[in-house]
Amino acid sequence: MSGESAILFHSSNYAMWAVDVLKQAQIGHKLIPVPRELSSDCGYCVRIETVNADGVTELLNSENIEFDRIENI
Amino acid sequence: MIYFDNAATSFPKPMQVTDAVVDYMTKIGANPGRAGHIQSVRAGEIVFETRKKIARFFGVKSPMNAVFTSNATEALNTAVKGLLRDGDHVITSAMEHNSVLRPLKRLEEHGMITLTLLDGDERGVLSVEEVLKAIKQGTRAIVLNHMSNVTGTVQPVREIGELCRSKGILMILDCAQSAGIIPVDLCADHIDIACFAGHKGLYGPTGTGGMVIRDGFNFDSITPLKEGGTGSLSDKTVQPAFMPDKFESGTLNVAGIAGLSKGIDFLNSLPEGLKSVQLHKQTLQKYFIEKAKKHIKGFVTQSETDGYGVVSFIIVGLSVSEVTMKLSDRYGIMSRQGLHCAPTAHRRIGTFPEGTVRFGFSVFNTRDEVDIALKALKEIAGGN
Ligand SMILES: Cc1ncc(COP(=O)(O)O)c(C=O)c1O
Repeated sequence: MSGESAILFHSSNYAMWAVDVLKQAQIGHKLIPVPRELSSDCGYCVRIETVNADGVTELLNSENIEFDRIENI
Repeated sequence: MIYFDNAATSFPKPMQVTDAVVDYMTKIGANPGRAGHIQSVRAGEIVFETRKKIARFFGVKSPMNAVFTSNATEALNTAVKGLLRDGDHVITSAMEHNSVLRPLKRLEEHGMITLTLLDGDERGVLSVEEVLKAIKQGTRAIVLNHMSNVTGTVQPVREIGELCRSKGILMILDCAQSAGIIPVDLCADHIDIACFAGHKGLYGPTGTGGMVIRDGFNFDSITPLKEGGTGSLSDKTVQPAFMPDKFESGTLNVAGIAGLSKGIDFLNSLPEGLKSVQLHKQTLQKYFIEKAKKHIKGFVTQSETDGYGVVSFIIVGLSVSEVTMKLSDRYGIMSRQGLHCAPTAHRRIGTFPEGTVRFGFSVFNTRDEVDIALKALKEIAGGN
């Protein structure tokens, strides 16, 4: 499974927190502006590789980092 | 100029604090969390990093539980007015600052809460027994000043926190003076909410402060003081219910927060952290009090010899404003006279309504400066 996904957040505070946790876990990610076709209130989202989506979901949940959803991009 | 008014706000700030403010103002400038552009992201990173440092500093795991406010007063108002409900009984101490007393008194006057103000011992220090006796049915919270801004007196927070936790009573701690001097750990000390000033012992700029909520606390039970734009859930006309957005409406003081971040770094970089701060302040305080008692006619202090750098005193026969005015005008020494926004504390220690002269030392003050002040006070006091 190749491709990229975007984690969308309700608040940029949680995007920042997620980046911090992903960095520590050494999972590839990038903070990017929300792609036009997706709608999110928070100005940016976190791009990850889709293969990592399940692991990232688990990680964010375990840290209580709330996010809106993960979308393929 | 000698600056001994650090209990009001610290000066000077460490160089890296000022640099961080200028850096943000000149290189970043943007509003955090509102847009997707890179400058906004950078501003957001500054805020997040500081949030993380603050949470860690107060022993809290979730960075989201650190809320920025414009000073300790705003944090205390948020906690007190946000938590208390009709019919609550609240315990507080005589050593409180008006930023606690006035919100509580208003709620009491409006018939919303009942209030017990504990006197403590002759220095205003509460005992667990005294608090226990004051607890009754309906006691919801205790609001306590960790370290007095008048005398430097420190309350036995952990013991009182333990008691409150065992009785299901909320503990709101005013760390305006203690943060950056005495370690505060919300978990170990059994504190529910700690309110701090960023501009005193944390060496951040004015206009910084915050409220730290313990992990797992039901923040749904706190009504925000203000509502407005948060950059989140903008499609909704109701305030977000999650931390910290719930309590952070309006553009944050990013310049100040950038500075505060470096203020905390500065404290963490000291050889022994807060121990170094304590030692430095204790040394100056002890030196000042011992010399003053010996050499200054009519010198009476209301502070302990081994306190952490908040010294109240009077010179018998002179008004406190005369002393501070002469110190400022003739000697360039900045100190603060009067009641220090704490009328009941001065009543407790017997210095109401005249108040005291207060010296507040910082880590940047030196023994030489204290010597100059001693000489000045000796001349002002006159006599032998
Ligand atoms: C004990 C205490 N509580 C609260 C405050 C209020 O702090 P701020 O000026 O940051 O609102 C102060 C300082 O003035 C203080 O010393």
